[in-house]
Amino acid sequence: MGRYFAIRIGRAALTIVLVVTFAFVVLRLSGDPALMILGPEAPPEVIAAFRKAWGLDDPIWFQYLDYFHAIAKGELGRSMRDGRPAIQLVLERIPATLALTLPAFVFKVALGVPAGIYAALHRGSGIDRAVMMTAVAGFTVPSFVLALLLVLIFAVQLGWLPSGGQDSWRHAILPIATLSLGGAAVLARFTRSAMLEVLGQPYIRTASAKGVPWRKVVTSHALPNAAIPTVTILGFMVGTLIAGAVVVESVFSWPGVGRLLVVAVANRDLAVVQCILLLVALTMVTSNLVVDFLYGFLDPRLRAKGAHT
Amino acid sequence: MTDATLKDARVRHRISLPAIPLSVALAVAWIAAMLVIAALAEKIAPYGYTQLDLRNRLSAPGHVAHWLGTDELGRDVLSRLLVSIRISLLIAFGATAISAIVGTTLGFLAAHFRGAVEQIVLMLSDFQASMPFLIMALAVLAFFGNSLPLLVGLMGFFGWERYARIARGLAISANAQGYAAAVRQLGATPSRIYLRHILPNIASTLIVSTTLVFPEVILMESGLSFLGLGVQPPMTSLGNMVGYGREYLTRAPWIMLAPATTIVVTTLAVSVIGDWLRDRLDPTLQ
Amino acid sequence: MTTPLVEVASISRSYSMRSGMFGRNTAVHAVDGVSLAIRKGETLGLVGESGSGKSTTGRIVLGLEPPDRGDVRFGGKPMAAPGTPAWRAQRARMQMIFQDPLGALDRRLPVAAQIREPLDIHGLGTSAEREERVRELLRAVELTPAHGVRYPGALSGGQRQRVVLARALATKPDFLVCDEPVSALDVSIQAQVVNLLCDLQAQLELTLLFISHDLRVVRQISNIVAVMYLGRIVEIGNADDLFARPEHPYTQALVSASPAPGRRSAGRIVLSGDPPNPAARPQGCAFHPRCPRAIARCAVETPVLAVVGADRQVACHLVTGPQAETRDAA
Repeated sequence: MGRYFAIRIGRAALTIVLVVTFAFVVLRLSGDPALMILGPEAPPEVIAAFRKAWGLDDPIWFQYLDYFHAIAKGELGRSMRDGRPAIQLVLERIPATLALTLPAFVFKVALGVPAGIYAALHRGSGIDRAVMMTAVAGFTVPSFVLALLLVLIFAVQLGWLPSGGQDSWRHAILPIATLSLGGAAVLARFTRSAMLEVLGQPYIRTASAKGVPWRKVVTSHALPNAAIPTVTILGFMVGTLIAGAVVVESVFSWPGVGRLLVVAVANRDLAVVQCILLLVALTMVTSNLVVDFLYGFLDPRLRAKGAHT
Repeated sequence: MTDATLKDARVRHRISLPAIPLSVALAVAWIAAMLVIAALAEKIAPYGYTQLDLRNRLSAPGHVAHWLGTDELGRDVLSRLLVSIRISLLIAFGATAISAIVGTTLGFLAAHFRGAVEQIVLMLSDFQASMPFLIMALAVLAFFGNSLPLLVGLMGFFGWERYARIARGLAISANAQGYAAAVRQLGATPSRIYLRHILPNIASTLIVSTTLVFPEVILMESGLSFLGLGVQPPMTSLGNMVGYGREYLTRAPWIMLAPATTIVVTTLAVSVIGDWLRDRLDPTLQ
Repeated sequence: MTTPLVEVASISRSYSMRSGMFGRNTAVHAVDGVSLAIRKGETLGLVGESGSGKSTTGRIVLGLEPPDRGDVRFGGKPMAAPGTPAWRAQRARMQMIFQDPLGALDRRLPVAAQIREPLDIHGLGTSAEREERVRELLRAVELTPAHGVRYPGALSGGQRQRVVLARALATKPDFLVCDEPVSALDVSIQAQVVNLLCDLQAQLELTLLFISHDLRVVRQISNIVAVMYLGRIVEIGNADDLFARPEHPYTQALVSASPAPGRRSAGRIVLSGDPPNPAARPQGCAFHPRCPRAIARCAVETPVLAVVGADRQVACHLVTGPQAETRDAA
């Protein structure tokens, strides 16, 4: 048990180290920071002073450790556009993003999981086929197309809802709908296949053969077992709560982290990009860790397997 | 034993007679059409994709001179669509090829050397799988700016970890027992074992994975281009066109709908073919 | 007397295996101090139950994996390290026949291409010569050129094993290790393949290490037989002599369990106790828990292989009496 958790925590720490390394390597490969920040016309003595101040003349591994040290202290640089600390800019935007992604997450689960279970229990029925077709559409229709179609129908043609901005709760309806529909389709498909796999297991047949009522077989044998893989994908979805909104926020001009990222990338505002990258890594790693821990409690077999890997 | 194999073959033959389902046939036809368009885009396009027709700006589809209408500058939507298909497919094919080659090579290296090499490959693929690719791609674009080769290379990092895992797993089991071990003890060099024996044996599984990665690459590229961070004007791609069309959603929705439909139908077609191939070639892959 | 082609000097090989829920590593001694010598043109039969270490011994003798201790000499020279160019070149002189011929063949290549492969690998002959050699080999294993264009899946089990044999013989090797070469085949086909192997051996003066759990087959093909139990050789000697007068209690049980013409079936010895488990090797003589004649000493002291007759060595505390004296007298 301890070993299982130790391995998971080690893996999570490793992912963070890799993300920081990735940021460092990309940052150093992309050019001389002194020239990038001061501009190519800066006098040589100014550049030299800047290099000394920022430790750019130190050996590369020293800079690498320095970088870790700075990040650990929360020094993530300042935005090149308005000079404010990047972390502050990013943190300001988080509530707006969560205002979209949290309700969307709830709708996804509320729509997708029951649809998947129902489709699996009524395999081959009209509803099953409808769920499967919607799920395929959810995969093949990219979110920006779905978003624009919704705008076209509900904002342009029908005029019921605003097409962008953040002035009232009505502005949030279309972005949330976009996020929920795509996610619900993926979740329905996943839940359906998890359910079907469990329903095909011998213990389900045994239970129903020995006379346990079907409703009870489903509720006390099938659902708990199908829950285990479903929890994983839910964990992954929690991890993407911040990252998943990039496209949708851009379409609907919603001032969240995703839109901040797109604008920062377009302006090459490196401090902000780096800060968001770390934030995303942190949420992904944390949610994966929580899922792994839940797993450890839900499924003792996995603990045993973890001890062997 | 021979009798059994014969009978088996006959049965299989009978089953495969209804051959290709209609949906798969349509999907193959669509992809074939896309490939022809990609190859001949400039030749079959009625106009140059940057050519302006200022008298026919924002004309609706069905116009005599412009079947799919024109955009704000009077550029022919059909011509732009054909060229966009070419660029988007070029990026998707290039990226898929890179990721398949890199992934398979790393998977083979992991299987061959085991130990530290294997651990590094597994660690990197875990890392790749656990971070949202869009965010990593945006970070790279922010740091390095933008160019077509960089975009293809960047998209080439998408999905490599799936090939690496598959190639590693299958190569390890081939090495542990069976034909690969047998050829090794004949004195074959590793490159002979991996390229002449293991690769052809696992090719069908890798091809099935390609049909899963390819549509995602198209979606990823079009997403980036839509955000204005992928293919840059005056060059055009499907995502780029949708992004441009978004500005004219109210007055000229056809600018957006034509490339959007193409994206959806193409990814759907590849998925349909992939599902069919998976059932036919590789029942072990879920 | 000529020097042996293959000399194996007290090789050992252990694997670490994780066992139990606490994941502790335990060493499994697959092979423990095995010595063998095979003279040119001879066949040594290696007999034992599954888990006796006979396959591992075969792989070490062939140089497919290195021993932890001890060494293997081929033609008087030490074996090259696995995977090196020298090792690869050496493969042309020694080959392996596998238990599962379908697994040993690439399903996606016609069998003629696979028979030709060793020639391509070792660069032997021109393209035309290689084609000719493939036809010759197909004939030698009693297949036709029509079989050559087929894929392994379209051949029967016996035909596949002939293909594996043809491939192994392509480079005219001196030494073959056959690991249970017929145990996956139908009984009627087993005899054909064994006869073919015997004929080819005589014709080509092959040296064989023949690994099998089937005494009948081993008896037919071997000059010398070694019996393994849990990683050690418990008895070794001239084949006919050993089958006629087995000395070690384990060999006696094996021989009595194997039907043979002209022998009373009444004297069958049935072994009790658990089948051997290499992860839990008993103290003392590994066979003592199942031995019908075990004495107190057997549980404490491990017997070593000792010469007990003209051409016989046995590792048993009970077989050192009169025979040992005879040896002293001789």
